[in-house]
Amino acid sequence: MEALLSRYRNLTVLLVVVVAQLIYLAYQVKTNGDERLIRVWAVTAVTPMAGIVEVTRRNTIGFLEDYFILLDVREQNRRLHADNDRLRMENIYYRNQLSTAVNARALTAFQQETPSRTIAARVIGNSTVATAKAVFIDRGFTSGIKKGMPVVTAEGVVGKVSAAYPLVSQVLLVTDPTFKVGVESQKGHIHGVLNCGTGQCAIEQIQNEDKVSTGEWFYTSGEDRIFPRGFPVGTVVSAQPGQGMKDVRLNLSGAPGGVEEVLVVQEGVHQQIPTAPPSVDESSTAMLPPPPPESKGAEIQSPKGQTQADQIMQKYGILGQEQKHVYGGYGSNLPNFNAKPEGQPLPGGENKAQSPSSPAAAQAPAKAAAPPDRPAVLGARPSAPVPHAVVPSAPARPSPTLPLGAPRRRPAQTQQ
Amino acid sequence: MNETSDLLLKRPIRQSWFSRFQVIALAALTLVAIVGKFYLPRLIPHTEWLELPLLLTIYFGLMKHSQISSLFFGAFVGLAEDSLSPANLPIGMYGITKTLVGYFAASVSLRFNVESVVIRLILSFFFYFFHAFFYWIMRRALLGQMVPFDPQETFVHGALNSAVAIPLFLILDRMKLSSTH
Repeated sequence: MEALLSRYRNLTVLLVVVVAQLIYLAYQVKTNGDERLIRVWAVTAVTPMAGIVEVTRRNTIGFLEDYFILLDVREQNRRLHADNDRLRMENIYYRNQLSTAVNARALTAFQQETPSRTIAARVIGNSTVATAKAVFIDRGFTSGIKKGMPVVTAEGVVGKVSAAYPLVSQVLLVTDPTFKVGVESQKGHIHGVLNCGTGQCAIEQIQNEDKVSTGEWFYTSGEDRIFPRGFPVGTVVSAQPGQGMKDVRLNLSGAPGGVEEVLVVQEGVHQQIPTAPPSVDESSTAMLPPPPPESKGAEIQSPKGQTQADQIMQKYGILGQEQKHVYGGYGSNLPNFNAKPEGQPLPGGENKAQSPSSPAAAQAPAKAAAPPDRPAVLGARPSAPVPHAVVPSAPARPSPTLPLGAPRRRPAQTQQ
Repeated sequence: MNETSDLLLKRPIRQSWFSRFQVIALAALTLVAIVGKFYLPRLIPHTEWLELPLLLTIYFGLMKHSQISSLFFGAFVGLAEDSLSPANLPIGMYGITKTLVGYFAASVSLRFNVESVVIRLILSFFFYFFHAFFYWIMRRALLGQMVPFDPQETFVHGALNSAVAIPLFLILDRMKLSSTH
């Protein structure tokens, strides 16, 4: 026996080492226990370099990337400046509502909007196993991270926390072959299981009879007990009948492989599946509708061409064209500014510009060659009312206040 | 036997390679390789295919010519990698695989002239493929994880790692030579 062992000493040692590791491996699988101490030591020894590596990466690779896409950055910068100016204007009206949404990133906005309690984290490292899709984030259980917590971004799901260490956590990405996510379609509320193990993400367990269309959004269904219901997952790339089950391919919206900043959902809250697809474009800014015209601030900050002066100018321009009057032209006839422009809806400021305070003046004949009650030149001091040549014979009756643009009643022709 | 077979089958010239090689430098390189696998994809995108710990294990096995030392080195590297692997993979998967790689690399070095560039290229490719395939087999057989295996992708990654292995081995050779002077 001794001679046999000495003869096959190398092979014996190999067998002993391999069998020892196999037994240890079987013990872990049998007890379903994570060898926490070894992993904590290893991760704690490796991760302190994360800050240095991140700084190095941003100052080297990031600098080179910025250099080569400098034109894009400039263009983006101009666009952002323009957006910023526009948003500042909007902010006058909706300061409280837009203050966070305009200036914060999409992730922060999403974090504030979502009912789930989340904590932001940054990806600092990858896993050592090439075939396993996992990353490390810079938040550990000292920040309240626990194993099994879902990890998302504003665009979609990323993964789940597979291990939490003191200062870092390991996130198993949804693209890992062993990861499954329960999903639900937006339109038909068809349930399925997301599986990205084959290299391309597919939704399994959907019957051929179920209707799934290309471009349809899928959301988390909450059935996997990991992700709360209502987080966007991705859009359908192709949906074809298969053998037994429908072959549905999905394009993930979250891009878990290239994500750099994530949100760890500490307390998930189930949400309804939204009826409208989520907005995933970070560059576009959601513009709220313009402010109501009754607002006092709206008169101050109304868009170009919509002020009272602009409306008067517009009205006089139309009148001048209709009566062939050239403003500033030598020998041109004096136009009738009290006439109503034909075929043009009166601007909103007509009442203030045209109708005088007296209701009788509103009933004056349209064709009467009377001077305007208001100065034609903006900024000119209004002159005293000139005695009109045509005086209504009937006593002035108070007329009801008409809405803007409503047709006025013409004076009766028999009175002339 | 012709000249080519003589060249390939002759015993290596330097038997006492490891005694001259700086053990500390090798240990540091191994740690850098393992930690580099953790950080390198963050620094340089699309480098997940690079298996520096495996290449070091192969190099150690080829140059050490000792099966026992090589298998222990492979086990150490593999277990260190396992400790940084996802929590759903138990510790020992890479340990077993790299133990076998180290043992077989040392076994091969007893038969072939492993200082030949062609031999190194072929062996690096072979051991990468063996490493990936055996790891996949273990995941399926021992853990029951139905993970896909893409031979084409493995082939490409093996070729890339072999291409990296040649200059890397030459640099390690230079380190060894410089330490002799």
